[in-house]
Amino acid sequence: MKGIITVVGKDQVGIIAKVCTYLAEEKINILDISQTIVSGWFNMMMVVDLSNCGNKFEDVVVGLNKLGEEIGVDIRLQREDIFNNMHRI
Amino acid sequence: MISRLEVQETNKMIQESKLDVRTITMGISLMDCLDSDIKKLTTKIYDKITKNAKDLVKTGDEIGNEFGVPIVNKRISVTPISLVGGGCGSSGYVEIAKTLDRAAKEVGVNFIGGYSALVQKGCTKGDQDLINSIPEALSITERVCSSVNVGSSRYGINMDTVRQLGQTIKEMAFLTKNESSIACAKFVVFCNAVEDNPFMAGAFHGIGERDLVINVGVSGPGVVKRALEDVRGADFETVCETVKKTAFKITRVGQLVAQEASKRLGVPFGIIDLSLAPTPAVGDSIAEIFNEMGLEHAGAPGTTAALAMLNDNVKKGGVMASSYVGGLSGAFIPVSEDHGMIDAVNVGALSLEKLEAMTCVCSVGLDMVAIPGDTSAETISGIIADEMAIGMVNNKTTAVRIIPVIGKNVGDTVEFGGLLGYAPIMPVNKFSCEAFIKRGGRIPAPIHSFKN
Repeated sequence: MKGIITVVGKDQVGIIAKVCTYLAEEKINILDISQTIVSGWFNMMMVVDLSNCGNKFEDVVVGLNKLGEEIGVDIRLQREDIFNNMHRI
Repeated sequence: MISRLEVQETNKMIQESKLDVRTITMGISLMDCLDSDIKKLTTKIYDKITKNAKDLVKTGDEIGNEFGVPIVNKRISVTPISLVGGGCGSSGYVEIAKTLDRAAKEVGVNFIGGYSALVQKGCTKGDQDLINSIPEALSITERVCSSVNVGSSRYGINMDTVRQLGQTIKEMAFLTKNESSIACAKFVVFCNAVEDNPFMAGAFHGIGERDLVINVGVSGPGVVKRALEDVRGADFETVCETVKKTAFKITRVGQLVAQEASKRLGVPFGIIDLSLAPTPAVGDSIAEIFNEMGLEHAGAPGTTAALAMLNDNVKKGGVMASSYVGGLSGAFIPVSEDHGMIDAVNVGALSLEKLEAMTCVCSVGLDMVAIPGDTSAETISGIIADEMAIGMVNNKTTAVRIIPVIGKNVGDTVEFGGLLGYAPIMPVNKFSCEAFIKRGGRIPAPIHSFKN
């Protein structure tokens, strides 16, 4: 199952490292990353594959939310289908 | 692959414009519960509902978390109870209402609809007993919703029942006078009621439906309003195209959620209801869409045209986004549930008469309208009759959910709480219709050729 992770917040050292470490621990593979910084605001989108992840999707959503709180940024994981359905016929 | 801009657009809709899926409603047929023994009947009803809907709330929440879109309500609709309880005599109906309330609490849904009767051409004894029991049933239960269909384009209007329902509404207002006459907010009178409506208070599981079904109601007035902000000053063609495209996107989310819920619960997918349903929150309002279109307040001249355009283009955009569209599908204009409508009433821009005109071009009807508690039963029946006539002649669903708030008068405000919101008391035309309502009988079905 594919998911989209979005990370938004004030830029600081180590955001990508922390998110990627978490994903590696959960055996979640990163398929694509795009990231920009606009006026000090960090904005990242990742496409990830959760096929080998042992935990339930919902639990990873909660885990990433918590990680976001620790770092001080907003991290969301959503199933890719919602974007495909809305933007592709 | 999906671009970052597209991801941002979707998440902005959810986070800033309050896009949500308003309800996943499970329709449950109770026809296989029939029994002349009231104890056996209520046991079967309770068991069937709690067995089939036990995972409804959990599944809805799971899907919401995975897609990152709120699924606000999880609800249940059942077979019209007048049919289910017909064998148990008049005392049985209230027992059934209590059972429905218990079952709803057990599975955690906030409303259960279907304490209903379809009497467009006349009442059976069961229908009459159910209607007689509505005030008591709705005042002693918390989550049960009730509706009565009194008219249709095919069969005309049952004016005997319209006359009685004026008194029914007054009675239930009185019975719940200490709670802002809240029972009336759980009761709808329909013309051309639809059998697959997922929205409360008018949802019931029609007799033409299968045993179990999942219907989904989408929402998103905030998203439409936000999209229109980008085309300020543009012509109507641009406005219509914008509404259509937005409705398409909103509905695709509903379709996705519906299919997922259907798969996980093992219950067939019924329909998506394409309604724009407001909430009292700022930024989730139909009236704000009118403001964005260029009307100072809802109710200003041009409002009916604006609503007709909005309603039609929501359907045009939504129909292609879903495999099955049904329910009420249109824009809702409940007064108490839309802060922009409340403001419009407060400044004197929106009257009951203008609301009635607006209901000619949208779903559904006079919805969540608070009126003075001393309004006579005949006047309420007159208001219902007018609204039913609009539905009957125009081949559309119309409804009345009106609340004569005991102890309140024009100038007062009534608080219902939660999604039901709050409302200023609206003035009602003072002239009498008593002699008209007292005639009784039926209004015959209208002719449907020679349209002018």
